[in-house]
Amino acid sequence: MRSVLLQMLAVTAINLRSLPKRLWLSLATVVAVGLVVMVLLTFLAMANGFQRTIAGSGAEDIAVVLRGGSRAELNSVVSLDQVRLIEDGPGIAKRADGKPQTSAELYVTVDGIKRSTRTKANLPLRGLGPQGPALRQGIVITAGRMFNPGSNEIIVGRALGGEFEGFDLGQTVAFNNTRWTVVGIFSAEAGVFESEIWADLPVLQSLFKRTGAFQVVRARLTMPASIEALRSYSDGDPRLKLDVMSEADYFAQQASSTADLIQKLGWPLAIAMAFGSLAGALNTMYSSVAARASEIATLRAIGFGGFSTFVGTLVESMILASFGGVLGAAATYLMFDGFTASTVGGNFGQVVFHFELSLRVIGQGLLLALAVGLLGGLFPAMRAARMPIVAALYG
Amino acid sequence: MSSASDPMIGIVDLRKTFTKGKETITIFDGLNLAIPKADFVAVMGPSGSGKTTLLNLLGGIDCCDAGTIEIAGIRIDRLSEGQLAHWRASHVGFVFQFYNLMQMLTAAQNVELPLLLTRLGGKARRERVEAALAVVGLSDRLKHYPKEMSGGQQQRVAIARAIVSDPELLLCDEPTGDLDRRTADEILSILQLLNRDFGKTIVMVTHDPAAAQYARRALHLDKGHFIEKELAA
Repeated sequence: MRSVLLQMLAVTAINLRSLPKRLWLSLATVVAVGLVVMVLLTFLAMANGFQRTIAGSGAEDIAVVLRGGSRAELNSVVSLDQVRLIEDGPGIAKRADGKPQTSAELYVTVDGIKRSTRTKANLPLRGLGPQGPALRQGIVITAGRMFNPGSNEIIVGRALGGEFEGFDLGQTVAFNNTRWTVVGIFSAEAGVFESEIWADLPVLQSLFKRTGAFQVVRARLTMPASIEALRSYSDGDPRLKLDVMSEADYFAQQASSTADLIQKLGWPLAIAMAFGSLAGALNTMYSSVAARASEIATLRAIGFGGFSTFVGTLVESMILASFGGVLGAAATYLMFDGFTASTVGGNFGQVVFHFELSLRVIGQGLLLALAVGLLGGLFPAMRAARMPIVAALYG
Repeated sequence: MSSASDPMIGIVDLRKTFTKGKETITIFDGLNLAIPKADFVAVMGPSGSGKTTLLNLLGGIDCCDAGTIEIAGIRIDRLSEGQLAHWRASHVGFVFQFYNLMQMLTAAQNVELPLLLTRLGGKARRERVEAALAVVGLSDRLKHYPKEMSGGQQQRVAIARAIVSDPELLLCDEPTGDLDRRTADEILSILQLLNRDFGKTIVMVTHDPAAAQYARRALHLDKGHFIEKELAA
């Protein structure tokens, strides 16, 4: 066993040390594999960043109540009567004055202009009451102040303000023939709420002619498990044809469909490119075996087994592919990690997110690179192992 | 206990053919040969007479169509490819015309290659490598790469590689074919020393009558059969 290992190490070392003879061909394979990995990782980093932004925004102890079957706030309608019934529901935490910790909200979309492309996109404008910010994690006014109730004032999420023009502090924007003043910028721990614009609920209801209408009710639960009691209460009352779910579940569901779509685009594209780089790897490794025919035959004549020759060739291929994988991961990291983009979220409004290369994502890219190396080296390695010694020795 | 008269190589009724297109070329048909231990035989003959083929058959890197090949009591014509690889590692040393050294390895690393097939540890391998390179007079070239050495020095490294695992049989294919006369004489002297002082059985294929003079006897291959000629010691 030790001898077989030493043989494999020796053959691998000989193969790798002779790489400079085949420098350009080997580099071409490394670059081809690197490009494949880069494409895959870019898509996966996009999906990962999107998913983290949305899914990371949800809390387990916040209930989100929507019209039954609506799946997204934009499709939902909740009446004032239903809001009152929900406020009386079980499992909802109370404030010091005994009132329930709930926030009935209106959600509409308005036009915005993207700074990078100068194209129009739908931006989410949310009307909420004084309890609204407290029912979200980590909301901090980073510049300016909170809007005054009853005024045409808005506060803007930090990510949205960075990505779309016209939302700097003190600027005025027009929505629905009404001018609004940006009086504050807020952060939300890089979550999805940073992609929203917030205004006073009654003002928004009035100016968008939606008086008495809501689209979502948020409620703080006494504990995460209280969601079941609230859901049973809603299911048991025929006046409440509503969906009740935790905020964490709601955002996970919102994130998964878009993230799945991104991944479903990324993987086929990367696999199609992988076939191209596989052809390159095969070509490189067949050339490597041909260039080393005399060395391989000499080693075999000395007594080295075919298996060590096979493994040595396969390892060479996989090492080249690994270099490609690392190159692709490094290039993706340098070019795209933290890169800010925005796309349509589950609510049909823009969600601003950062590309995020996690170790899991990098691992997937490296696995793809190794798969290319394995398949690209397999047949050349078999040829090396089966090479007739005499023919290779005497050419 | 073995003696010099014990047979090292025994070939009986050997048949070997090659197929070239639709034509079958017979190299040997009923060849017989016996070489005792510690002999030094030069195999001569015209091009295409089968000298190198014979060497390849004796080294187990080519196989015969019929007949038997027995080396030191082992019927190598019955061994599988894997068994032949094991057998070569411990019983045969090859010396090629163009040295066949690994250009990216130092002299010591080249010589160490056959020892990687043994159970020897790193220290024992180093000692063996140094001893083999000392025998061929290259103790001061351990860390030199082939491209930093002359042809004669490279062939010495190849001989050190062939003897480092202490095989009984050395098979040399035109070992001086790429060298000038003086260097060739040095190489042949080393082979003579290995035969005389270390008891190695050597079969050397050569075109060069002067090289054959270093052997104990010369066998001339002609039309698939041997004609033996005694040489002066």
